[in-house]
Amino acid sequence: MSEFLEFGAEHLPYILEGLPITLGLWALAMAIGALFGLLLAWARLYGNKLIYGAATAYVEIFRGTPMLVQMLFIYLGLPEIGIVFDPFTAAVIAIGLNTSAYQAEYFRGAIRSIPRGQLQAARAMGMSQFQGLRWIILPQALRRVIPQWSNEAILELKYTSIAYAIGVSELTARAEKIGYETFMFFEVFMLLALIYIVLTGTVAQILQFLEKRTAIPGL
Amino acid sequence: MLLQVENIHKRYGTAEVLKGVSLNVVAGQSKVIMGPSGTGKSTLLRCINHLTPPDQGRVLVEGVEITSANLNKMREKLAFVFQDFNLFTHLRAVDNVAVGPRKIRGMNKVAARDLAMRELERVGMVERAEAYPAELSGGQQQRVSIARALAMEPKVILFDEPTSALDPELTGEVVAVMKQLASDGMTMLVVSHEIGFARQAADEIIFMDGGHILEQGPPEQLFASPQHERTRQFLSRIGEGGAGA
Ligand SMILES: Nc1ncnc2c1ncn2[C@@H]1O[C@H](COP(=O)(O)OP(=O)(O)OP(=O)(O)O)[C@@H](O)[C@H]1O
Ligand SMILES: [Mg+2]
Repeated sequence: MSEFLEFGAEHLPYILEGLPITLGLWALAMAIGALFGLLLAWARLYGNKLIYGAATAYVEIFRGTPMLVQMLFIYLGLPEIGIVFDPFTAAVIAIGLNTSAYQAEYFRGAIRSIPRGQLQAARAMGMSQFQGLRWIILPQALRRVIPQWSNEAILELKYTSIAYAIGVSELTARAEKIGYETFMFFEVFMLLALIYIVLTGTVAQILQFLEKRTAIPGL
Repeated sequence: MLLQVENIHKRYGTAEVLKGVSLNVVAGQSKVIMGPSGTGKSTLLRCINHLTPPDQGRVLVEGVEITSANLNKMREKLAFVFQDFNLFTHLRAVDNVAVGPRKIRGMNKVAARDLAMRELERVGMVERAEAYPAELSGGQQQRVSIARALAMEPKVILFDEPTSALDPELTGEVVAVMKQLASDGMTMLVVSHEIGFARQAADEIIFMDGGHILEQGPPEQLFASPQHERTRQFLSRIGEGGAGA
């Protein structure tokens, strides 16, 4: 045990230098995912045939292929047609687009769970469809989606680790590097797992707090 | 003429639900629409504000056809009170009333809140201004929804069976508010089987059957001597004897 602590004390600082990268990847990807996810949900609920079809295809493609493949395609495939990203950007895009497909389905489900009468009452007052969605439906749907969104956020926090495959120097890449330097793979990955547990636990706590803070009776 | 409804037709699939309905409401009048279930009363109200667009026919408010310009703008003049209230679940009572003035009429926060409190006062709901809809009884929710309609300062309020989702002991408080509105000179078109309201507050009763207006007239005349057998049957069923009972 004391050996493990010693090992941790020695290598933790180096691994934790990857923490801002991991959190940055995650936060940017979740933001992209939320923005695109909302747009996709809107497209699938209210779009015409063409918009609906395009959004549905997008969701199916991103949910039906591995995120690692998507990331490799963006980082290694796109340069062949002249689109070049640095590893961090490529990872943000891949994770962001991937999670947007999942978030879209959660947003869509939450919006559909709001009784029809709510939008009707908004329209009857003279709100446009957009105003009704913005002021009446979204505030309710966003509250309802928090539990699912939290699961997705935690899943994606762990998924940032695959960015190591394209050379992003985040937590996992740094831990692996220590592993090869010290050949103490058991210890280093135990340490890494501990870091992720603390991270996901903290995020879960924060989101649970948010859910409680925003709760409204009857919603 | 404040509200003109001309020759409204509406079909769902093969069923013709409205077969050419016309009616007029003068400013300050209250009219009550009655009739058996499935006769097209709700459909008519929804066609009037184009929540359900009619297949045929015109609706004019103050002489302006409601589809002629901006439908959303025209709907501000035609408030709608729903059977099941449809209060906005995430907003406190006062914000349910203020949201329209604020987001649609562009009032600032303070002015919209002041207006909302005044309208809540009118329906006797000031004490519960900070409650969420789920924390209110059905009758209280309906009174807030009437305040929400009033806050848009509409020309006409359309009511679709405002008391029929309520426990019997709660209908009185809603009917009292509606009577007060009628005597304040609000123009109202009300689908309701509330005899008390119809007798005391309505200028005219419209009896609908099978997608038509079968007959209409002042309450004392229509209740005392209905012209059609269908009307007579209906009135005796809702406990208003008419000539026969
Ligand atoms: N969206 C719809 N699609 C198909 N049919 C509908 C729709 N809305 C109403 N109908 C039908 O139209 C007819 C008239 O319905 P409406 O709700 O207007 O009647 P109502 O007079 O309001 O009845 P009630 O007293 O029960 O409220 C009914 O037969 C109903 O089934
Ligand atoms: Mg009805």
